[in-house]
Amino acid sequence: MRKVAVVGIGMTKFGELWDYNLRDIFTMAAIEAMDDTGCTTKDIEAFYVGSMSAGRFVGQEHIGALLADYTGLKHVPATRVEGACASGGIALREAYFAIKAGEYDVVMVGGIEKMSDLPTTEEVTTTLGAAADQEWETFMGLTFPGAYALIAKAHMNRYGTTREQLASVAVKNHKNGKNNPKAQFRREITVEQVLASSVVADPLTLLDCSPVSDGGAVAIVASEDVARKFTDTPVWITGSGQAGDTIALHDRKDLTTLPAAKFASERAYSAANIGPKDVGFAEVHDCFTIAEIVATEDLGFFPAGEGGKAAEDGLTEVDGQIPVNPSGGLKSKGHPVGATGVAQVVSVVEQLRGEAEKRQVNAPNIGLTHNIGGSGATCVVHIFSR
Amino acid sequence: MQNGTCGIVGYGSYIPRFRIKITEIAKVWGKEGERIAKGLGVMEKSVPGLDEDTITISFEASRNAVNVAGIDPSELGAIYIGSESHPYAVKPSGVTIAQALGAVPVMTCADLEFACKAGTAGIQMCMGLVASDEIKYGLAVGADTAQGKPGDALEYTASAGGAAFIIGKTGREGCVATIEGTFSYTTDTPDFWRREGADFPMHGARFTGEPAYFKHIIGAAKGMMEKMGTTVADYDYFVFHMPNSKFPLRTALTLGMPPEKVKEGLVVRHIGNTYSGSSLLGLARILDIAKPGERILCTSYGSGAGSDSFSLVTTDLLPEKRKNAPSVDDYIRLKEYVSYAVYAKHRHKIRGIE
Amino acid sequence: MGHLESVPLFWRRMKALYTLTGVECSNCGEKYFPPRLICPECSGKEMKDFKFKGKGKVVSYSIIEVPPQGLEYQTPYGLAIVELDEGPRVTGQVVGCTLEEIKAGMRVEATLRKIIAINKAGVIQYGFKFRPEGYPVFNTEVT
Repeated sequence: MRKVAVVGIGMTKFGELWDYNLRDIFTMAAIEAMDDTGCTTKDIEAFYVGSMSAGRFVGQEHIGALLADYTGLKHVPATRVEGACASGGIALREAYFAIKAGEYDVVMVGGIEKMSDLPTTEEVTTTLGAAADQEWETFMGLTFPGAYALIAKAHMNRYGTTREQLASVAVKNHKNGKNNPKAQFRREITVEQVLASSVVADPLTLLDCSPVSDGGAVAIVASEDVARKFTDTPVWITGSGQAGDTIALHDRKDLTTLPAAKFASERAYSAANIGPKDVGFAEVHDCFTIAEIVATEDLGFFPAGEGGKAAEDGLTEVDGQIPVNPSGGLKSKGHPVGATGVAQVVSVVEQLRGEAEKRQVNAPNIGLTHNIGGSGATCVVHIFSR
Repeated sequence: MQNGTCGIVGYGSYIPRFRIKITEIAKVWGKEGERIAKGLGVMEKSVPGLDEDTITISFEASRNAVNVAGIDPSELGAIYIGSESHPYAVKPSGVTIAQALGAVPVMTCADLEFACKAGTAGIQMCMGLVASDEIKYGLAVGADTAQGKPGDALEYTASAGGAAFIIGKTGREGCVATIEGTFSYTTDTPDFWRREGADFPMHGARFTGEPAYFKHIIGAAKGMMEKMGTTVADYDYFVFHMPNSKFPLRTALTLGMPPEKVKEGLVVRHIGNTYSGSSLLGLARILDIAKPGERILCTSYGSGAGSDSFSLVTTDLLPEKRKNAPSVDDYIRLKEYVSYAVYAKHRHKIRGIE
Repeated sequence: MGHLESVPLFWRRMKALYTLTGVECSNCGEKYFPPRLICPECSGKEMKDFKFKGKGKVVSYSIIEVPPQGLEYQTPYGLAIVELDEGPRVTGQVVGCTLEEIKAGMRVEATLRKIIAINKAGVIQYGFKFRPEGYPVFNTEVT
């Protein structure tokens, strides 16, 4: 089967983008990606976009059609993909399959979310709660911070992970985000500030949580037959893995791990013929600080229970043993839900091309993206290399 | 009904755990709390949680009653919830209790209102259906999350709680107390009322005494004893509707009842006036402590006005069966004090809260 | 939010919400809450009603300060994953004790409470919440 590469990338700044609506945010990211490759709208044969809840955030469905239209693509097959916060990652995987199978040569993959048009925290919380079991978790009062708080407590009880260790993840990611011009938050924070910020769902505080954000990210993906027409630095997708799990957190026996991530990464590693030790750096789904710690364990970077200490000891810093979230992660970069999976791809590609400037990981050759939906009901992992 | 065809097969109570002291309320209005508390004979009152209402309170009491009765809830042929704080003006509280207990669908149901005596009216309705063999068991509940107008005298005592009684035939096994008879005394006396849509009730202050409470409760208690051919000496316990401690004790004095036989039922001291739950919680407490073969005179009072009186005799089954549910004292003992501000939040007295 | 005001959506779940009735797979005996049509363990498609007793223990809990819609004034509340004695786990609030008294491992039992009342005019949605076993006589120390 033929190889698939990312040949162009683009993303908007993430944040509260009051001046721009959903379609404009996406189009801006798409323009940047096309300019990155010198490709035009005429080159795009198919379109996949990930968005979790455009319908509830801005009342718009059928956004495959909407965004293809506003991106200037005519009569191109356009599909919206949804897997909660993993929508972007899954959109990439769909494009990857289509190209591998020989159906298309050049595909635009995007991710988008416009969250700030919903005025109240309660409405955003409830809308995001639709990624959990609406009838039996959210209805009972579980929120996403609540779900990850339950995971955090279980992890702390079993392994002795501390709140300071959780906080160190946020501190690291803000430090990285400071060097990312597209990041929502570009200021450093301290462990003390994280611990002192207001409690959202004990033990998680405001600064343990990724923010509400608007943003779009786009990747142009091409087959090996045509990749070099668009760029001298194609970044190859060498492995893709996806797995699912129960929708409800309460249906999982062990709250200290996300099995979907274990399975997805095993499948991706197997496809790429590598193991966790071969990964140079990773962009993982730190929707909450505990999520990054659990991710590093699920991906096999550290043994179960040691993710917290590893973060505290600096092993995941940009210059550490295995850099995690050199882009700033969801915490500092922002988390427009559907866009995140594709933004992770943008960050990995920048790194592998050596274009990451102040947040550049030293001489990376293999990068990994880890994108989670809900409290771990979906996970998609991709592996990239030069 | 005169010869004790019906009896109480099971009973249960429920009181929310939050409390507010009379002195805490008085502080807000600049009044002397200690003096008011002493005058009323009430120290503190119960406050429902934000997620509690007459339906949830009735459910708890009813589930306790089912556990004491030891019956299959599907055998309940009627459920009557009496309250002046039904969560819906239209849609009966009883159907939710019926659904949650598993009594649906073969049963009848309707909500009752007669100020504080709606619960006892429900008992009488169940007695009719049971005695006529239309149903096997009937459940009657008196419960309220009473609303006191801010700054009004009644705000010191309007509280939350309820008691449930399952009525069955005495011939069958299972009664913990026989209902020897019932007697009611009813007139049109507007001493306390609430118009449809009004947030808080209004009352006639001193008019609620002689022409209202005392006339009807004494009329019913006297009438009950005449009908039974009993005298005060034949009874071990007297329970009266308790808007405070004063009124029932004064009634006892008037009727020549020794105060120690009234004392045990005076739950109002610790939890305030639970309105439709008031006399029934008093009765429940007596059943919690009575020995077999003891006689109880229980008389409710509902503004508007009317009183239902019951003459009951406990059976040998009472001491064992009542172990299957918490006692009134168990609920009284569990408490967490709240400030007036939190109380106002729980009672939806703060503008802007739905 | 539209779906929170839907009467049929709530009514359909009453048996499960009010009485904790789930299902048992006729083929392999696995129990599930809420009810489902096909058994993930054995793929069996014959499920029969199973009423859980409502007793269990707290597996993990969090105190929620930022709520979803409908629970705005109830914060802070304790939200737990409870493992029912018969096996399945459910998510529910813990009430009837102070937040400090909630502990992982504590025994609880189900009761009926208001979950959501969207506004003064809508249908009140009742459902199960958990409180310490033996309420009102209980000790939340975990042995």
